[in-house]
Amino acid sequence: MTIFAVMCAGIFPGIHVGRIWFAWWLFPLPNANGPIWPQFRSPLLWDVFAVSTYFTVSFLFWYMGLIPDLATIRDRCKGFIRKFAYGLFSLGWTGSNRHWSNYEKAYLLLAGLSTPLVLSVHSIVSFDFAVSQLPGWHTTIFPPYFVAGAIFSGFGMVLTLMIPLRSIFKLEDLLTIRHIELMCKVTLATGTIVGYAYGMEFFIAWYGGNPYEAYAFQNRAFGPYWWAYWIMISCNVITPQFFWFKKLRTNVVVVWVLSIFVNIGMWFERFVIVVTSLHRDYLPANWGYYSPTKVDVLTFVGTFGLFMVLFLLFIRFLPLIAISEVKGVTNQADPHHPLGGAKGGHH
Amino acid sequence: MSDNSQAYGLLAEFTTPADAMHAAEKIRDAGYSRWDVHTPFPVHGMDDAMGLKDSKVGWFSFCGGATGFTAGYLMVWFMNSVNYPIVVGGKPLFSPMFPFPVVYEMTILLSAFGALFGMLFLNRLPKLHHPLLKNRRFKGATHDKFYVIIETSDPRYIESETRELLESTGCKHMEMVED
Repeated sequence: MTIFAVMCAGIFPGIHVGRIWFAWWLFPLPNANGPIWPQFRSPLLWDVFAVSTYFTVSFLFWYMGLIPDLATIRDRCKGFIRKFAYGLFSLGWTGSNRHWSNYEKAYLLLAGLSTPLVLSVHSIVSFDFAVSQLPGWHTTIFPPYFVAGAIFSGFGMVLTLMIPLRSIFKLEDLLTIRHIELMCKVTLATGTIVGYAYGMEFFIAWYGGNPYEAYAFQNRAFGPYWWAYWIMISCNVITPQFFWFKKLRTNVVVVWVLSIFVNIGMWFERFVIVVTSLHRDYLPANWGYYSPTKVDVLTFVGTFGLFMVLFLLFIRFLPLIAISEVKGVTNQADPHHPLGGAKGGHH
Repeated sequence: MSDNSQAYGLLAEFTTPADAMHAAEKIRDAGYSRWDVHTPFPVHGMDDAMGLKDSKVGWFSFCGGATGFTAGYLMVWFMNSVNYPIVVGGKPLFSPMFPFPVVYEMTILLSAFGALFGMLFLNRLPKLHHPLLKNRRFKGATHDKFYVIIETSDPRYIESETRELLESTGCKHMEMVED
């Protein structure tokens, strides 16, 4: 999901550099323009590194997790093309324990490396805003606030996609109600952190005594974009509060509907942050009211299409649930459990 | 099977992880060196049962990270203060602070490469051919069967004795795998 979403997200900077044929200037590549390199003090360049590393590491982690499962499919599929393709991508995996030993260590390391990466990628994305000097963007709370928001919207999106798949593919025994309930709790916790961040932004705008900052926030909540702000607040802060109740957490239909609101709320958060700060900056002569053009809307709709195409192809051709991982945690897989063949007594 | 020089190894099949693990303990104690256990998922305790040392992947990852860290700083220093100096706000041309996000990402990226490619290197993967993958019965190794294989190239391999050893582990099936 991350990978597909990042692919979609990659389209936008591609469009926004204006001259797409110069998009490669984003990267420090040797070129024929004399020795000329990017300016590493710019947070936009940090972001190039953060997002590309995030994508690469997520992709490797995802692919590595698939190797044993691709081998399973290789051994079960029919037809030359499938056998060839799965055989090629499973890299000749034989399930050797000497391999598993290295594999597990590498997988653990990748998992460990991905965790700080989640924090860093969202912190660095927030630097794009926070390092600028625009009121409403120039705040130190941005990195933790973006990380919480990312986890919040990530869990929201996973719930949105997972709940229908769970019932279509009858995965109730693998993705249990308990999993959904725990995910709801994470959503509740991070949603509340996001709510706290919204409150704190307002407090600091007042307490900091900077008139521009104070104006930006008044304008955000009560200016021309008040509707976007209050949609954001109700979806992101109020919606997750329903997850305090076990009855609602265990009702998949309710959880699904609430998760959609979480997605809407997080979309509006981006809209509020970007648009409300830009539409009234320091120069009143530049003030205006932004409304999206047809191209803007269709580009956005197009990303939904791209995401769903990739996601559906994934479901069609690759295992939805990590096969070897699920096998590995069953009682039958535990050599010290009677179902795993242990005979009497404890080791 | 008739011609020993063509044989790759003796394959024994088990239906539970515990049986395969006990077999591994026996083979380890018998002092074999060119042998392996094939399982559909990592069996916990199997590394000990086989007498394997701790995986060395961590070192590859560490070296990758150290390279990323150093290369990141060198890259920024070279590009922004040597090869094409950019003066921004009269600040020094180089400081360890401003490129930190870039260097951090390079460190993580190369550690991850170290972990994955180190794993593939230690496992000698990708491999386009393996004698076991030609064996029809071995398909269970990615499904629900557990296999122990002792290669004919093992210095301790003597067909009759090895066969006896594997039989004593209570395997469900045994066969010679052709190379």
